[in-house]
Amino acid sequence: MSELVPEPRQKPVVPMKPTGINTNLLGYIGIDTIIEQMRKKTMKTGFDFNIMVVGQSGLGKSTLVNTLFKSQVSRKSSGWNREEKIPKTVEIKAIGHVIEEGGVKMKLTVIDTPGFGDQINNENCWEPIEKYINEQYEKFLKEEVNIARKKRIPDTRVHCCLYFISPTGHSLRPLDLEFMKHLSKVVNIIPVIAKADTMTLEEKTEFKQRVRKELEVNGIEFYPQKEFDEDLEDKTENDKIRESMPFAVVGSDKEYQVNGKRVLGRKTPWGIIEVENLTHCEFALLRDFVIRTHLQDLKEVTHNIHYETYRAKRLNDNGGLPPMTVETEENHESNL
Amino acid sequence: LRNLSLSGHVGFDSLPDQLVNKSTSQGFCFNILCVGETGIGKSTLMDTLFNTKFESEPATHNEPGVRLKARSYELQESNVRLKLTIVDTVGFGDQINKDDSYKPIVEYIDAQFEAYLQEELKIKRSLFNYHDTRIHACLYFIAPTGHSLKSLDLVTMKKLDSKVNIIPIIAKADTIAKNELHKFKSKIMSELVSNGVQIYQFPTDEETVAEINATMSVHLPFAVVGSTEEVKIGNKMAKARQYPWGVVQVENENHCDFVKLREMLIRVNMEDLREQTHTRHYELYRRCKLEEMGFKDTDPDSKPFSLQETYEAKRNEFLGELQKKEDEMRQMFVMRVKEKEAELKEAEKDLHEKFDHLKRTHQEEKKKVEDKKKELEEELNNFQKKKAAAQLLQSQAQQAGSQQTKKDKDKKNASFT
Repeated sequence: MSELVPEPRQKPVVPMKPTGINTNLLGYIGIDTIIEQMRKKTMKTGFDFNIMVVGQSGLGKSTLVNTLFKSQVSRKSSGWNREEKIPKTVEIKAIGHVIEEGGVKMKLTVIDTPGFGDQINNENCWEPIEKYINEQYEKFLKEEVNIARKKRIPDTRVHCCLYFISPTGHSLRPLDLEFMKHLSKVVNIIPVIAKADTMTLEEKTEFKQRVRKELEVNGIEFYPQKEFDEDLEDKTENDKIRESMPFAVVGSDKEYQVNGKRVLGRKTPWGIIEVENLTHCEFALLRDFVIRTHLQDLKEVTHNIHYETYRAKRLNDNGGLPPMTVETEENHESNL
Repeated sequence: LRNLSLSGHVGFDSLPDQLVNKSTSQGFCFNILCVGETGIGKSTLMDTLFNTKFESEPATHNEPGVRLKARSYELQESNVRLKLTIVDTVGFGDQINKDDSYKPIVEYIDAQFEAYLQEELKIKRSLFNYHDTRIHACLYFIAPTGHSLKSLDLVTMKKLDSKVNIIPIIAKADTIAKNELHKFKSKIMSELVSNGVQIYQFPTDEETVAEINATMSVHLPFAVVGSTEEVKIGNKMAKARQYPWGVVQVENENHCDFVKLREMLIRVNMEDLREQTHTRHYELYRRCKLEEMGFKDTDPDSKPFSLQETYEAKRNEFLGELQKKEDEMRQMFVMRVKEKEAELKEAEKDLHEKFDHLKRTHQEEKKKVEDKKKELEEELNNFQKKKAAAQLLQSQAQQAGSQQTKKDKDKKNASFT
C-alpha cells in the first residue's frame, strides 16, 4: 500500500544509535523527576473513561455499574410499565458524570443499551451497538484529521464493554456468541457472569470453564487479548486474569451491618451476600482489574489498536464511506 | 455534566500511576539543541548538566558552513530510562558570511517535525513507540561580551522562536563581573523584547511549579559556567574551574546560575518542554505544512470541509499521476523492446546473409574442386587412353616387328632353300 504523502525533499539527520551510558553517572541529575512532572500534568488535565454495558434487561447492569463507581451513575430502569412500550430496536443511552477521587478528576460516561436481546427476533441487534462504537471512532478521526486541531481531542470512544452473561449454568447463548464475535474485533469486551448469587461454587467453576472453552472454540478474544501482551511480565499477569475470567459478579448499592462493619450486600432469607467479599463473589476482582490496574491499559488498547485499525481501514477504503456516517458527509461525497 | 460524589473508595486515583508506569516502561525521549559559536562551551555544559563525559572532539574553526551533529545516549536514573539526544551546531559563527548560518538549523528542526508528520499521516502507523526526534529545548549560547546581543544572535533566535522552545543562556559567565552581569542580562532581555523574540516561558499555571518558575524567570538569561573537572573545596570535591585568583564553583549559586538552569531544564519543566513542543510548535508546523499542500479546513463557502475528502481527492489525483507515470513507463518499455527487437532482427538478418554467403562460397569452392577433379579424371582417362593406345601401338609394332622378323626370317630361310 503506497503512502499518500509525497516524500520529503530531504532526508532528516538521524541521530546515531544511542550509546548506553549508565555507570558513569556521578552525582544526581534529576531525570527521574520527570515521573512526578508527568503525574502532575495528567492530574491537571483529568481523564476520560467511557464504559458500555450490554446485556438483556434484568441482568443487573445498572446496579453493577453503580456498585463499581460507588455512586448513582446509572439510573435503573424500573422494568417496563404496561404503558411503556418495549423499544423496537436497541437504544444507545450515554450519560456522563464527573467524579473525583484523591485529586484525580474523571469524566465517566456510562453507555447503556436498553433493548438488547429483549425482542422476540433479536437478529442483528448488535448492529446499532457496532454502529455507535464506529461513530465514536469516526468522530475522533475527524478531529484528528483537521488542519487546526484542538489541544485535547474529546475522547468519546468506548474503552470497555462489559457483556453480561445470563447465569444459566449451561453454556453461552447463540446471541452471546454472535455479539461477542462481531464486537471483539472493534472494542475491548469484558464478559461478566451476572447475578452470580444463583450459582453454587462448583456450578460457578464449571460454568466459567465451559464459557471460556466456548469462547476459545469460537475464536473470540476478550480483553486482555493474548496478542497484545507486551512482554513476559504482562503475559504472566494477564494469563492469571484470563484464567479466572469471566468474573462472576453480584452488584448492590444497599449497605448492611455484618460483623460490626457496614458492607454492600444483598439480604436474603439464608444470609447476606457481601459484594466485596471474595469468598462470596468476584466483584472485587472485577473492580480491581478494571479500575485499579487496567484502566489506563483499556484506554491505550482502544487508542493504539482498535482505533488505529478503524483508521487504517477507513483511509484505505477509496472513498467508500460506511453506511452509518452522518448526513453531511454523504452530501459532500456527492459534491465531489 | 453532573458532579457526582462517591460513597466509598473506588480506586481510580491510581490512574496517574498507571499512566506513568506505562511511560516508564517505554522510556522517555528528550532532545536538546545547542546553538552557539565554536568554543563557547556547549559540549562542556552538556557534560556538566548530565554528569557524564559525552565523547566529542572539539570542533575546528574552519568549517565551511554550519552543520548539525546529533548524538544519542541512553541514561538511567532509578527506574527511569531517558533517551537523550544532543544536537550540536558545528561551525556556527565561524564563517565570514553568516547570512545563511541559521538555515541548516531551521532545516534540521523542520526535518524532525516532517518525520513525525509523515508517521502520523501513514495509514498503518505506530505512534506509540515512535522514537521522537523533535527538538524539545534549544539552549542558545550568548557570548559573554558584556555589551549586548550580536546581530547573528537576534536573527537566528527570531528564525527559531516559532519552531522550538528557546532558552537563552550566557556562556562562560565567569568572565563577567557581577555588576556588569546584571546590566548585561537586562540589556539582553530588553533587546529580545524589542525585537519580538519569543523565548520559552516557564509555565506558571500550576500551583506547585508556579512559584519556583516565577522566581527563576527573573534570572533569565541564566549565566552559566560548565566544568567537569573537580577541585577540592573545604573537605569535598566539587565541579569547579581553578584560576590563580580563585575557584569558580559550578554548583554555587553565588558564582553562577548553573543550578538554576539544571533545575528549570530538567527537574521542573522537562515534561512541559516536551508538551509545548508537541502541542504548539509541532501543531504549527503541521498546520502550515498541510495548508501548503493544499488542504483546507473550510471550503470557499465556509462549510466545514473534511480533510478526508481533500485527502481522498488528492489521493485520487496522486493515483492518477501514478497511473500516468506507469503508462508512460510502460510505453517507453514497449518502445525499447521494439527497438531492441529490431536491432536483433537486423543482426539476425546479417547473420543469415553471412551464412548464405559462406554457403555460397563453400558451394563455389566445392564446385571448383569438383571441376578440377573432373579435369584431373579426364586427363587421367586421356592419359590412360593414350597409354593404352601407345601400348597397343607398341604391341602392334612389336607384333609387326616380330612378324616382320618372322617374315624376314622366313624369307631368309626361304632363300636358303
